[in-house]
Amino acid sequence: MIEVTELRKRYGATQSLDGMTFRVRPGQVTGFVGPNGAGKSTTMRVILGLDAADGGTALIGGRPYRTLRHPLSHIGALLDAAALQPSRSARNHLLWLAYSQGLTARRVDEVIDQAGLRAAIRRKAGGYSLGMRQRLGIAAALLGDPPVLMLDEPFNGMDPEGISWLRGFLRALAAEGRAVLVSSHLMSELQDTADHLVVAGRGRVIADTSVQSLIAAASGDRVRLRTSASAEAISALANAGAQVTVAAPDVLLISNLSSERTVATLTAAHVPFSEVSAHRATLEDAYLQLTRDAVEFRATQAGPAAPAFPAAWVSPVTPATDAGEHVR
Amino acid sequence: MTATVHRPRVQPRRDGFAQTLRAEWVKFRTVRGWVVGMIVAVLAIVALGVGPSSQGSCGTHGPASDCTQTLGPGGEAVTDSFYFAHQPLDGNGSITVRMTSLTGQIPDFSGNGAGNGGPQTRSGLVPWAKAGIIIKASTSQGSAYAAMMVTGAHGVRMQYDYTGDAPGLAGAVSAASPRWLRLTRSGDALTGYDSADGTHWIKVAAVTLAGLPTAVQGGLFATSPPYWQASGGGTSVSGGSSAATGVFDHVSRRGGWAGTASANTASANTAWVGTAIGDAGGPAAGSPGSFGRADGRFTVSGSGDIAPSVSGAAGLGVTITQTLIGVFAGLIAVAVVGAMFMTAEYRRGLIRVTLAANPRRGQVLAAKAVVIAAVTFAAGLVSSTIVVTLGQRLLREHGVYVWPASTLTQLRVIVGTAAVLAVAAVIALAIGTILRRSAGAVAAVIVLIVLPYLLTVTTPLLPTGPTDWLARVTPAAAFAVQQTLIAYPQVSNVYVPSAGYYPLSPWAGLAVLCAWAAAALALAAYLLHRRDA
Repeated sequence: MIEVTELRKRYGATQSLDGMTFRVRPGQVTGFVGPNGAGKSTTMRVILGLDAADGGTALIGGRPYRTLRHPLSHIGALLDAAALQPSRSARNHLLWLAYSQGLTARRVDEVIDQAGLRAAIRRKAGGYSLGMRQRLGIAAALLGDPPVLMLDEPFNGMDPEGISWLRGFLRALAAEGRAVLVSSHLMSELQDTADHLVVAGRGRVIADTSVQSLIAAASGDRVRLRTSASAEAISALANAGAQVTVAAPDVLLISNLSSERTVATLTAAHVPFSEVSAHRATLEDAYLQLTRDAVEFRATQAGPAAPAFPAAWVSPVTPATDAGEHVR
Repeated sequence: MTATVHRPRVQPRRDGFAQTLRAEWVKFRTVRGWVVGMIVAVLAIVALGVGPSSQGSCGTHGPASDCTQTLGPGGEAVTDSFYFAHQPLDGNGSITVRMTSLTGQIPDFSGNGAGNGGPQTRSGLVPWAKAGIIIKASTSQGSAYAAMMVTGAHGVRMQYDYTGDAPGLAGAVSAASPRWLRLTRSGDALTGYDSADGTHWIKVAAVTLAGLPTAVQGGLFATSPPYWQASGGGTSVSGGSSAATGVFDHVSRRGGWAGTASANTASANTAWVGTAIGDAGGPAAGSPGSFGRADGRFTVSGSGDIAPSVSGAAGLGVTITQTLIGVFAGLIAVAVVGAMFMTAEYRRGLIRVTLAANPRRGQVLAAKAVVIAAVTFAAGLVSSTIVVTLGQRLLREHGVYVWPASTLTQLRVIVGTAAVLAVAAVIALAIGTILRRSAGAVAAVIVLIVLPYLLTVTTPLLPTGPTDWLARVTPAAAFAVQQTLIAYPQVSNVYVPSAGYYPLSPWAGLAVLCAWAAAALALAAYLLHRRDA
């Protein structure tokens, strides 16, 4: 597993890492998310001993990366799918990497099959599409059959078939007992893949939570109401002690009131409505909410950027982020 | 969540530098551009070495035009032309003379005689003008000898078998400050003495001329090597033959000289024979020389030299180094590949994959250095072997006189040149690591190695001083491994790199390059450790 503790790293005037702390546990896929500049890639480079942190520690299985012998047997990483010599064939790329770890050409052929690259493996890596380069990078990460995998934006450039394959592949790797860390800036890619989320912003962790509890928290104990008589509904529900948010011209989100009491209140006030349901946020909603909060907290210096919802949900939900029925 | 933690099924074999080395070798051989670059280096060296050869006239005008140099007893090329007033000596004996004068004529380049037919001459002595006494195996060129002499600017010397040289009394000879010289022969052993007054004698040297026949020739001689003046670091040389005249008296001989059977001193009726040994030949030839005697005074004039032969301004022909002129072009190709071997990784971010695969960064740098050095050394060995052997033959076929070099020397030139290329590639790799940019690294290598090489060896534009300095401290000092000629202090010549004479010894020159490589590697390793990848 990976243990990252209080990492600090400054590049010139930019504090890239500012106390980054999290763990990646075996047997599950951990999503590592955050806006650009949140410090995800820097964290990964520090974990691999490529960049030296100004402070803090990063351990793989309890050891700093630079002390590992045959590190690819401890952790397989894909940082940048474009990190290839374009004129070298994909297979030769894997071959030198394997030799550097004392592995054989047979192991190269195994990971080629695992990554689904057999047909194109003799071609020059420079001619690969981004999606194929991602597969090649994943094959390289698998060479040492490591207990820990760390992939930076592996979904980038993949076609839908590839994304589907990778989701299943990552889940299968986690099911084998491996610790899998996958970064992404698109939450939708991780929706059905990640079990756990580490949300980063401005060089530190904003949230470190399971996907289930994050969605539950983002959803809140709220009721979604569709009605043509919004004004009447708001006044009736407010009188009943509910907090009401306008999500769309004919959609209201109600908290502090159960769906049963909502129906009763509306019926008593003779307010027409067409739909009452439990509100369920998407992972993307939750993520956007989190990162926005981080920015706000940072801007006002109101305190530590700890997860601060559902209190934060009092701000209006824009229609755009709540569009569609996210029933999965 | 599963509680089981994954354990690798793939068990790597033993750890070590060999694995990193193997990985870097695979990296090298799997990029076609780099392999092609090495082949280009080989082709450039070979093409320039055996391609457009210079033309010479040796052997092109019939059998008599063969360019041959006289070889001395040690097998080395020698010059052996002088005027010899001699008598046979059978067995042991000695000769003693007093010299009161050494004068000469040298060409005059003051401009008065320009365009006026032959060159004008003026009085003067070249530093190594020589006159004195000599005992020589025979009158044929290249035969063994030992001689006591006064010189133009180097005092009394005892010289023997062309390369031997020992100093005696300093200072010039004149009537007021005469020089007494004595040479004794006892079997193979010849001993020289000098004296300022004919009473107090000092032994200058004792030498053994192995295989000296019982019957030898001995007597008086005079000779004077060509005069030249150089400018521009040896690019511009003007010169011509010179002549020297020595005046001898108190000539006495003891032992087995002809005509001394009954008397201790040679009688006047003994016949001295004057012979011009060697024919300087060619347009620079001086007067053949002469000798005269009157009232016990001998006057001997001659032109030429008794010395090892030299190349360059005062010599002729080319050396096998001439066949290696393509090395600078090969060097550029090798530098490009050496720098790219590292900078290509930085260009694409591949360096992160490399350093993640082996966090011991010094080991990665070392493995790359070993691979590029080995590959370049092999390429250099192939190409320099081809040009030194084949190029040498082609030059001779084209009538160019190529200085002979021993097999061991040729081997040193070939291996040394390959080593220069290999170490230069390592420097390129190190600079590539330091700068992380191909263009900058290649430019730095060219400035550091190729430019000093061109300035010292190919087109010496600088005066001799800076050229000498460049050939000592810059990486181009390493081209001294290509030197096949020996610089003799007793022969005046423009001993500059462009003539094939380097200020440092071959291995010292290579050591200078290695020191540069070590410094560049050390800085590269330091930065590689210190910087974020």
